[in-house]
Amino acid sequence: MKPDALIPRTGDSTTSEAWFANASPAMDRREFLHQLGVGVFWMVTGTSVWAQARRPTAGGAGERLPLQARLHLGEDGSITVFCGKVECGQGARAEIVQAAAEELRVPAEIVHVLLADTAKVPDDGITAGSRTTPQTVPAIRRAAAAAREWLRQTAAKHWGVDLSELEVRNGAVRHPREDRRFGYSDAARLAVEDPVWQQAVPTDLPLAAPVRWQVMGQSLPRPNAREVVTGQYRYPSDLRRPGLFYGAVLRPPAFGARLVSVDLEAAARAVPGVVTVREDSFVGVAAATSAEARRALAALAATARWGESSQPSSRTIYDHLRREVEEPVPPNPFREEFTSAVREWRATYRLAYVQHVPLETRAALAEWTDQGLTVWMGTQNPFGCRAELARALGLPPEQVRVIVPDFGGGFGGKHTAEAGIEAARLARAARRPVLMHWSREEEFVWAYYRPAAVIDVEAGLDASGHIMYWHFVNMNSGRAALDTPYAVGRSHCRHVPARSPLRQGSYRALAATANHFARESAMDELAALAGLDPLDFRLRHLPTGRLRTVLEEVARRFRWRERIRSAHRGVGFGLACGTEKGSFVATCVEVAMDEATAEIRVREVVQVFECGAIVNPENLLAQVEGCILMGLGPALWEEIRFTQGRVVNGTLSRYRVPRFSDLPKLEIHLLDRPEFPSAGGGETPIVAVAPAIANAVARATGRRIRHMPIRLDAAA
Amino acid sequence: MSQISAEVTSFVTPQSYELLINGQRRSVRTEPGRSLLEVLREDLDLTGTKYGCGEGQCGACTVLVNGQRAHACKLTVQEVIGQSILTIEGLAADGQLHPVQEAFLAEQAFQCGYCTAGMILSAVALFHQRPNPTEAEIVQWMNGNVCRCCGYPRILRAIRRAAEMLRKSS
Ligand code: FES
Ligand code: FES
Repeated sequence: MKPDALIPRTGDSTTSEAWFANASPAMDRREFLHQLGVGVFWMVTGTSVWAQARRPTAGGAGERLPLQARLHLGEDGSITVFCGKVECGQGARAEIVQAAAEELRVPAEIVHVLLADTAKVPDDGITAGSRTTPQTVPAIRRAAAAAREWLRQTAAKHWGVDLSELEVRNGAVRHPREDRRFGYSDAARLAVEDPVWQQAVPTDLPLAAPVRWQVMGQSLPRPNAREVVTGQYRYPSDLRRPGLFYGAVLRPPAFGARLVSVDLEAAARAVPGVVTVREDSFVGVAAATSAEARRALAALAATARWGESSQPSSRTIYDHLRREVEEPVPPNPFREEFTSAVREWRATYRLAYVQHVPLETRAALAEWTDQGLTVWMGTQNPFGCRAELARALGLPPEQVRVIVPDFGGGFGGKHTAEAGIEAARLARAARRPVLMHWSREEEFVWAYYRPAAVIDVEAGLDASGHIMYWHFVNMNSGRAALDTPYAVGRSHCRHVPARSPLRQGSYRALAATANHFARESAMDELAALAGLDPLDFRLRHLPTGRLRTVLEEVARRFRWRERIRSAHRGVGFGLACGTEKGSFVATCVEVAMDEATAEIRVREVVQVFECGAIVNPENLLAQVEGCILMGLGPALWEEIRFTQGRVVNGTLSRYRVPRFSDLPKLEIHLLDRPEFPSAGGGETPIVAVAPAIANAVARATGRRIRHMPIRLDAAA
Repeated sequence: MSQISAEVTSFVTPQSYELLINGQRRSVRTEPGRSLLEVLREDLDLTGTKYGCGEGQCGACTVLVNGQRAHACKLTVQEVIGQSILTIEGLAADGQLHPVQEAFLAEQAFQCGYCTAGMILSAVALFHQRPNPTEAEIVQWMNGNVCRCCGYPRILRAIRRAAEMLRKSS
C-alpha cells in the first residue's frame, strides 16, 4: 500500500514529492520532512475530506472527523497523527504523541505527529486559550481508541475468535491460543479500504482512566529536541528556498500616519535589481539579501511623505480609554440597596499595554505556484491565517496553504497573518519566494499588544467583614476571569470595550491577568479595611472548592501565618489566588524593596497549581515556571511607552524583560487531581503573580500601587 | 530582518571574504559591512544562529570567535576574516554531542528552543574560562541571554549538569 491511498484523491495533486524536488539544495529530504514535523516519508494529495467533515463553527475539537483524517498506519510500523495545533514551546507535540500512544497502546517513539499544515491536517482551531489539553487531546485519544478497537475487531474476525479474548498490547493483539500476533503495521493495508476509517470517529469509546495511564502522565520530552540543540531545526525564519529574496516593508512613522507620496524608483536607484511593490498603502521591497532590501527601503523611505493624525500618549492613555468607551460604564447597582453596608470602598486599577516579545519575531516565507500560494509561517492560528491570506490576496482559501513549522514563541501574540501577507505580496511581484522576517523594532511597534486596562472596583462590607456587594468594571481589556470566584453577597461584573488607539489582541491568559490584578489587590485592600489577615479574609469568602484547596496548600507551604509575623524593614509577603479555564492557582511571594533605588526584587515565589489530571508533569512544570517568570515582566517593568503615536521604548535595550538575574527562589507544587478532567496549564499560572507582588509591596511599604507595572517611583 | 534605518544608500561593491567556520574554509562574496549573523544565515545556510534583537541584547546570535563568545549581530563580516568561528552546527564533533548539548537534552532545558543555540554556546564559552563556575558566576555570565519562554531554572540546571559532566570527563 502507498500511504497516499489512505486519502481519497481529488482534483488537486500537489504532492509532497513535487515539493522535495524543489527543496533548497541545502535542505535534504529528511531535513525537510523534519521541518514538517514528521519523520517518515509519506505523500498525500491536497484537498481534503476533512475540510468537508469539519464543523462550520471551527470550534476546534475536530469531533466529527473520519478516522483516516486523524491517523495513518504505516506498513513500516510507524503511526502518524494529523493535528491542526502548532508547537511554539508549549509542548503540544509531545502531548499529542502521548495522547495517541496511550490509546493505541504503542510506545511513544513510533508515533509521529504532523502539525498545522492546512493541506494535510484537520482544523483543530487556534492554538490558544489552553484548549489543546481539554479539547484536542481528547479528540486525538478518541481517534486512537477507535483505531485500537478496530484492530481488535479485525483480528477477531480474521481469527474467528471472541472479541473479549483479545487485548491490544504494545501495538498488537495476540491470539489467545496460537502463537500469532496482529499489529498495526499488519493492519495498515486493511485500514485503507475499511469503511470504519472513512466514518466519523465514535464519541462513546472508553478512554483509559488516569490511574491506568502508561504514556500519558509521564514526562515525554519534545520529540524534535535533538534537532533543537544541534541547531538543525528550521524555524520559520530559517527556511530557505531556491532563488529566495528577502523582504522589507515601509512602516509609517507613527500610528495612524497615512502615506501621502513616495518615490518608488528611489529603491532601484539605490539597489539595482530590487523588486518594489506598492499596493494601496502597502509599500515594500525584496532583494537578494536583507542588507540590500534594507538599503533599498531606506532610500525609498527617505522620499516618503506622511500625513499624521493626532494620537494619544501613554501618559494620558487611561483617561483616553475611559473617555473612549464604546458603551456607557454601568453604575454600581447596589449602592442604594445596601444602605446597611458599614464600609464602602472603591478603587481604580490600571494596566499598561505590553508586548509579547517572542524571541523569534514574526517570520513568513511565501511561494506562488500554479496551484496557488504556500506560506510557511510562525502562527498560532494556521486556518485563520489561511482565511486572512485568501482575503488579502484575493484567492479562494483552497488555493492557500499555510504550513507552520515549530516556531519561536507565541504567548498569544501570533494569531495574525501580517508577515505572511507581506511576503505573499512581495513574492507575487518578484515571481520568486520571499521571506519576511520582522525586526525586533517592527515586532515591538507593529505586532498587536496586550490591551491596557482601566478597572473600577466598588465593594461594601458588613459588620462581620463580609463582602455584601461587589461591583467590577473592566474597561478595554476583556472579560476573561471577570466574575469573582468568591462567595460575595451580590456581584455585578462587566466588561466595557473601548476604542483602543493601539492595535491589541490576546496574550497569555488574556484579560485574566488584568482582572486578577484588580480583584486580588482589592481583596487585600478590603481585608485591611475589615481588619483581617488577607488569607483569612479570602478563606471566609471561599467556603469550599478547588480554589480554597490550592490557597490553603500554598499558605501551608509558604508558612504564611508564621512568616507574616516576622516583619523586616523593606521586606514584604503577599498572596493572591485565582481561577480560569478550569484550573486553579495560588501564589505567595516575598519581595524586598530598596528604597534608595525604588527597586522591587521578588526573592521567592511559592505557587500551587491544579489543572485536574496531569498529562505531562515535566512539561506542565515548565509551563508553570515559564508563566511565573514571564509574569514578572509586566508585573514589574514591562510597559509600552508612546508619545503621539510613536513608540519610544521599542527595543530590547529599552524594554526590560525577565533575565537570569531576576530568577527568584521558586517552589512550585502541582496538585494532581485525577478525578477532574485535564485542563491546560500554559496560562492560568501567570495570573496571581502580579497581585501577590502588589500585595507584598503594600504590606512592606504601606503604599498600594494600583498599576501594572508595579513601580515605587511612579505615581499610582 | 527588515528595518527602517539610515544606511549607506550608495552602491556597494561586493568583495570576497575567506572565513573559517566550524573548521572549514568558506568563501563568500558580499558587500562589506554586513553582519556575520546575516552572512551565516543568508549566504552560508547556517541558520542555527538566530536573530533576536540585532543590538547585542538577547544572545540568540551567540557564536564563538577564537573560543570567546560574541554576538554575531554586532560583528561585521570583515571583522572576522581569518578568525576561527564556531556556530551551533559545528559544536557536536562527529555526531557526538557536546556535554552542554547533552545536558540541555537531559534537563529538557527549552520550550520553543529559539534561544537554545545561543544559550549552549554561551555556556560553552563560560566553561572555557571557568571550568567550575559558581552559581553567581553562571547567572552573571548568562544574563545577556534572554529566554522569553523563561526556561531559566532548567537552563541553569542544564549548565550545572554540564559542569558536572565536564568535571568527570577531565
Ligand atoms: S540578535 Fe544578537 S544579541 Fe540579539
Ligand atoms: S525556549 Fe523559547 S526563548 Fe528560550
